[in-house]
Amino acid sequence: MTEVLAIPNGHAVARADLPRLALDAFRALVIGAAAHRRRVSALFGVPPASGAPDAASIELIVVLADDDTGLLECASTVVGEDGLASMTPDCPEVHLFEREMAEQWGIRLQGHPWLKPVRFHPSHRPGHDAWDRPAGTWPVVGVTDFFRLEGEEVHEVAVGPVHAGVIEPGHFRFQCHGEQVFHLEISLGYQHRGVERKLVGGPGKRTIHHMETLAGDTTVGHATAYSQIVEALSGTRATPRACALRGVALELERLANHTGDLGALAGDVGFLPTASYCGRLRGDFLNATALLCGSRFGRGLIRPGGVAFDVDDGLVAQLQNRLSAAEHDVTDAAQLLWGSSTVMARFEDTGRVAPETALALGLVGPAARACGLRRDVRKTHPSGVYRMVHIPTSMAESGDVFARAYVRWLEIERSIDYVRTQLGELPRTSPRREPAALRPEMLAVSLVEGWRGEICHVATTDEAGRFRSYKVVDPSFHNWTGLAMSLRDQQISDFPLCNKSFNLSYCGHDL
Amino acid sequence: MTVIAVAHAVIHLLLVLALPPLMIGVVNKTKAFFAGRAGPPLLQPYHDLAKLLGKGVVLSKTTSWIFLAGPAVGLATTFCAALLVPLGGHAAPVRFDGDFVLFAYALGLGRFFTVAAALDTGSAFEGMGGAREATFACLAEPAVFFGMLVLARSSGSYSLSVMMGQAVTAMWSTSSAALAAVLVSWFVVLLAENSRIPFDDPNTHLELTMIHEVMVLDHGGPPLAVILYGAAMKLFVFGAVLIAVALPGAGRDPWLAWAVFVGATLLLSVVVGVVESVMARLRLPQVANILIAAGLISAFGAVLLVR
Repeated sequence: MTEVLAIPNGHAVARADLPRLALDAFRALVIGAAAHRRRVSALFGVPPASGAPDAASIELIVVLADDDTGLLECASTVVGEDGLASMTPDCPEVHLFEREMAEQWGIRLQGHPWLKPVRFHPSHRPGHDAWDRPAGTWPVVGVTDFFRLEGEEVHEVAVGPVHAGVIEPGHFRFQCHGEQVFHLEISLGYQHRGVERKLVGGPGKRTIHHMETLAGDTTVGHATAYSQIVEALSGTRATPRACALRGVALELERLANHTGDLGALAGDVGFLPTASYCGRLRGDFLNATALLCGSRFGRGLIRPGGVAFDVDDGLVAQLQNRLSAAEHDVTDAAQLLWGSSTVMARFEDTGRVAPETALALGLVGPAARACGLRRDVRKTHPSGVYRMVHIPTSMAESGDVFARAYVRWLEIERSIDYVRTQLGELPRTSPRREPAALRPEMLAVSLVEGWRGEICHVATTDEAGRFRSYKVVDPSFHNWTGLAMSLRDQQISDFPLCNKSFNLSYCGHDL
Repeated sequence: MTVIAVAHAVIHLLLVLALPPLMIGVVNKTKAFFAGRAGPPLLQPYHDLAKLLGKGVVLSKTTSWIFLAGPAVGLATTFCAALLVPLGGHAAPVRFDGDFVLFAYALGLGRFFTVAAALDTGSAFEGMGGAREATFACLAEPAVFFGMLVLARSSGSYSLSVMMGQAVTAMWSTSSAALAAVLVSWFVVLLAENSRIPFDDPNTHLELTMIHEVMVLDHGGPPLAVILYGAAMKLFVFGAVLIAVALPGAGRDPWLAWAVFVGATLLLSVVVGVVESVMARLRLPQVANILIAAGLISAFGAVLLVR
């Protein structure tokens, strides 16, 4: 096995300790990851420490997650003007990471089967462009080549970026034969705000707000991942009470979104009762979060070093009461759904993703667990309160819309239990401890199981202890391709249902 | 023609023109009840139509006169069909031997223009909707005609006013099994033709899954009002046919019969609302199977008569 640096989730190491591999060894490490039961959690470029922004070489860092030992293996290499041979043909799960690094740093990738821009912005490294586009131009989002089927009987359907509902923008190209979909290609980037670039030089006053709005429905997840980064880089530990409250907030976020998703799935097949009840219940869970911190989405709650709001016994009792009432109602709504044969007829065998596909694409979160992959950061790479109290991993086997819906339901049940337990035994410590200054020339990795799946943040600091680079990998980044694959050989009319069963974030992907 | 006959014809016209949006209101109210909501007021569809009529129209440059002819012909043909159907046991204002063929093909002509108007936009979605509508209409047609065959054979007439008039009462005592088969089959057709759940979801705004709604995506303002009004009237017409077979009005007071008819129409709307509330939508390929099954049930009814 190649030399790697293995660290637990939420730890920081000196940059100097990160092994610098030769390009070939680095490629072999990434390509061999799957065979050694590792996942690629992050793969990205950072400009080297001494270099100017238009440096001739770019440092690549990879974070491989080992779910068996709970360690994160990090390694780096340097790519020069020649670029590197694409690893995608041998390791499909890096396909989007490679497209991203080609776009961000102008790294030339030979042999990538589908090298297209991801977010449609100019290269961050002046004078380097993977597609040799003229300098000074800003590419138009969505204007690119799409995979096409040729023939008399096939037709192409283009949906978006403006949709019939009030949702985020994204472009979907279907290659169809009648009602049957042969291929779906998804083109995003409309929500690109340049967050990662904004974070360089931080942390500053705005940093936490950038984090809370990476994906608005995952405020707690991303804010927790960021807080763990700052705590690791500064050598601060969040207080036990803060860890427990973060766990409560994270599970409440999961509850709200999973409940909303069950309702939306019911709505998509026209099953009214569950759709309406779950819409209301989602609000109940959001309001529970609002009780904690005044914001339904948990904004302002999670801060580096702990949580910004404490709870008293009265509030805990109130939360417990609300939770019990919501549990009763959400159980009723879900049982209506599972008890309806017409709903099951629609859910089962729709949008199936084979376990091999899920493995090859590196899916995460409920979408992966619905395919029988045991991937849950709370269990395999626990941080915070999840190190003390474990939560069972909810699994299904069939990989279809039903499995993704059922995994959500199992997680709803278990999250309610978890929140109740945590509220019952909150440690009596202070809720927050002021973090120290960040240490210079460090690297930190933080994983959090958000409601969509693994959130991965990787930060490096410069000699002054500011962020030299900050990498965010939202679970949607892994899973969008899974949605595209789930549509193969399906009815085009089932797309909204499949889409809802993944319910991925556009802004979390576009950053 | 007596004054009484004229009065009945006027009531017929008034019901055809005024009642359809109320049916939609009742369906929506029923669905809201099942969803645990208060729901829109019963008369909301009338307000919606008034609102749309007051709006302007945006016409795509790629469309031709067909785009506007679609809604107009759709409403006109449905109204024409409504004049041929006997309501509440009263003979229809327009009736002649063989009018059931005109009834079926008036609706067919309306559909042709709706589909043509959808194709006229050149949109991929509307093309898909048109293809689905045409496919499912082909499959629904046998169910309608086998049912007509049952009624024509037992009544010995080819006019709807006789087929669905006094003769039906006698038929319920002689060939009730065949009539029941027709009722079941026609109820399925009613749901499918009027794009109700489980065949289509009139409330969805997901362009890839819709059948009827996707064909009218590009219409707005008064043309959309005409389409919605026409769709409501179509539900009324199919409902009237179903009620005529289920509740033959013979032997009742002719004035009371109108009240019974209105009550039955509203009850039918509630039934449609209940079906929509307790069922999920079918997967699209299964729509065809259900329609073929409806055709077979209807055909079985016809077979029962010729034994």
